[in-house]
Amino acid sequence: METTLAPGGVAADLLPSPRPVQLLDPDGLLVQQPQDAHHYDVPSAERLLAAWRGMVIGRRLDVQSTALTKQGRLAVYPSSRGQEACQVGAVQAITERDWMFPTYRESMALFTRGIDPVETLTLLRGDAHCGYDPKAHKTAPQCTPLSTQLIHAAGAAYGEKRRGTDAVALAFIGDGATSEGDFHEALNFAAVFSAPVIFFVQNNKYAISVPLAKQSKAPALAYKGIGYGVRSEQIDGNDPAAVLAVMDAAVAHARAGNGPFLIEAHTYRMDAHTNADDASRYRTSDEVSAWLAKDPLSRLQTWLTVNGHLDEAGIRDAEQEAEERAADLRDRMNSEPTVEPMSLFDNVFAEPTPQLREQRAMVAAELEAEAQS
Amino acid sequence: MTITMGNALNRALRDAIAEDDDVLMFGEDVGTLGGVFRITDGLTAEFGEDRCFDTPLAESGIVGFAIGMCLTGFRPVVEMQFDAFAYPAFEQITSHVAKTRNRTGGKVNLPMVIRVPYAGGIGGVEHHCDSSEGYYAHTPGLKVVTPSNPADAYSLLREAIADPDPVIFMEPKVLYWSKAELELPVTTEPFGRAAVRRKGTDVTLVTYGPSVPTALKAAEAAESEGCSVEVIDLRTIVPFDDDTVVESVRRTGRCVVVSEAQSFAGVAGEVASRVSERCFHSLEAPVLRVSGLDIPYPAPKLEHAYLPGVERILDAIARLQWDDVPDLSHAGAPA
Ligand SMILES: Cc1ncc(C[n+]2csc(CCOP(=O)(O)OP(=O)(O)O)c2C)c(N)n1
Repeated sequence: METTLAPGGVAADLLPSPRPVQLLDPDGLLVQQPQDAHHYDVPSAERLLAAWRGMVIGRRLDVQSTALTKQGRLAVYPSSRGQEACQVGAVQAITERDWMFPTYRESMALFTRGIDPVETLTLLRGDAHCGYDPKAHKTAPQCTPLSTQLIHAAGAAYGEKRRGTDAVALAFIGDGATSEGDFHEALNFAAVFSAPVIFFVQNNKYAISVPLAKQSKAPALAYKGIGYGVRSEQIDGNDPAAVLAVMDAAVAHARAGNGPFLIEAHTYRMDAHTNADDASRYRTSDEVSAWLAKDPLSRLQTWLTVNGHLDEAGIRDAEQEAEERAADLRDRMNSEPTVEPMSLFDNVFAEPTPQLREQRAMVAAELEAEAQS
Repeated sequence: MTITMGNALNRALRDAIAEDDDVLMFGEDVGTLGGVFRITDGLTAEFGEDRCFDTPLAESGIVGFAIGMCLTGFRPVVEMQFDAFAYPAFEQITSHVAKTRNRTGGKVNLPMVIRVPYAGGIGGVEHHCDSSEGYYAHTPGLKVVTPSNPADAYSLLREAIADPDPVIFMEPKVLYWSKAELELPVTTEPFGRAAVRRKGTDVTLVTYGPSVPTALKAAEAAESEGCSVEVIDLRTIVPFDDDTVVESVRRTGRCVVVSEAQSFAGVAGEVASRVSERCFHSLEAPVLRVSGLDIPYPAPKLEHAYLPGVERILDAIARLQWDDVPDLSHAGAPA
């Protein structure tokens, strides 16, 4: 992309809108776009309806997953309640041919991607590191070290470009993780190699307990793109219409060969970092309730209802599907998976080393002895 | 034809890139310059920027980018400029490169090669002479390879590139200019087979990489004193060839492990304990280590005092010959 120089000598085309892009306000009303913002069209009612339905299901599965920790079925669960617009919207803007690079928090994004919730939760249940086939779903394993997967996304996006496809990569990251070195290496690599990757920062305001103010002095995380020559945008991450619209622009930008795109979505993590965290130690209940008023689900539901795209029956239908999917997840998570101890030695290498064969024989003998006693 | 180890590595890369469209090489200065050691010399000129290219100066980025490219079917070979400068990529290597096959239940493999020029003996400044093989060998999921001559350098690098698993390919810098009469291509033994570089009956020296020529010199010197020394070159540290080592030590009854790395918690200690466990009844003396010192690699003018040389090896051999209990006060920290 050609960049033009603004009077200050800044590559103006790369700069995000001065305020987060918002198309629907918290009351579900269309927002008059400010003069200085980039222009984005409101997505079609059909897509917004699909996003709303995905969010209803996503939230229900998320709440169900947290409940599963209380029943001891999941070792731990990092909720993304409140971040539905980001997780569902971003995924709905890419296709099956595109790649996705999630973190531990992206369960909802994985559900939306069409990956079986049980396979999605395998990591958190504790029976395997990744429950799905990353190649079949073009979705990397959920990444636990912060920011490392962003470089993989840059590499995969560049690989696709080298293969001559128009596939893009969507990589998720949190606000705290933008401080990690790999975030910067990933932006730089992606820009230098013009790799079609979309870095989607969910600024949910906290890295476990550390607020953004102690994390970064940047005026917005989206501004971090400009130093690398990466086109950036900031959005209201609780506005599903803004997420879809800006994601569409980012995908089009990347697919067309213009290189990476950075999106900062301003959102909020309604629950604690994980079920094991006590959020009351670092934030007030007033702050939490203020964000309830910005709920991404209700605002879209209002807009859809007011504009005649959704009625009581439609709402009931979606809620029923969400309930059924949650019940199905609960049922299938209700059994203790059998984990085969001998599988410990599988998949360390394509062929086990002699040392692994020896250790395998040792464990096999131990199990044999145990079974006989 | 006279070939250096550097030539052999260069030719291995050239042949691999020519034979397989998915093989590519990238890293810092590997393009126009051909790498600081010229191992990638001429590759960009011959195959174009798509097949051998310079990246930003960012080791984590280089390795992470290679992981992503593996996902789309490429077989990247990356160069870390020097041993100690691979450390910024350590997180990618240990958290992802080594674990991805396992994490994904075998669904994703990462057939990449990380080339690391390593170890000392070239008068390099700080951070250019580390023996970092222990870090990698300690990490399950990585193969760790280190050639000691041009023929192995060619063959093992070709095998590393063809391997379905990630390979840390440790290149002993001091041997880049070592020569052999050789026609390429050549195939030596596959991963996991140690080579007996010299036959002997009294003592087994187990070594690898940069220490192989030193061990051979020591063996020759010992021979003139009437002690017959067998020298084993491991070639691959992971997988490890227990069989060759055990067979030899059971025959000789005595073993010295020679490695340039620090001894504490290192590869030499691993070899020594494996030998002790497997050859206990054949051993006539404890297994000794002759290693680098447990200090950060010293300034160039002091490296002669750091590097395990012929004298220290001979001294260890001498201690093994005693019939009474050997003086082990210096074992591990060579006298
Ligand atoms: C390299 C690394 N350091 C520390 C951690 C421990 N850790 C896990 S989540 C987290 C906070 C991440 O915050 P943020 O990036 O804002 O994402 P969020 O969890 O809010 O989605 C930390 C410190 C980690 N996973 N990886």
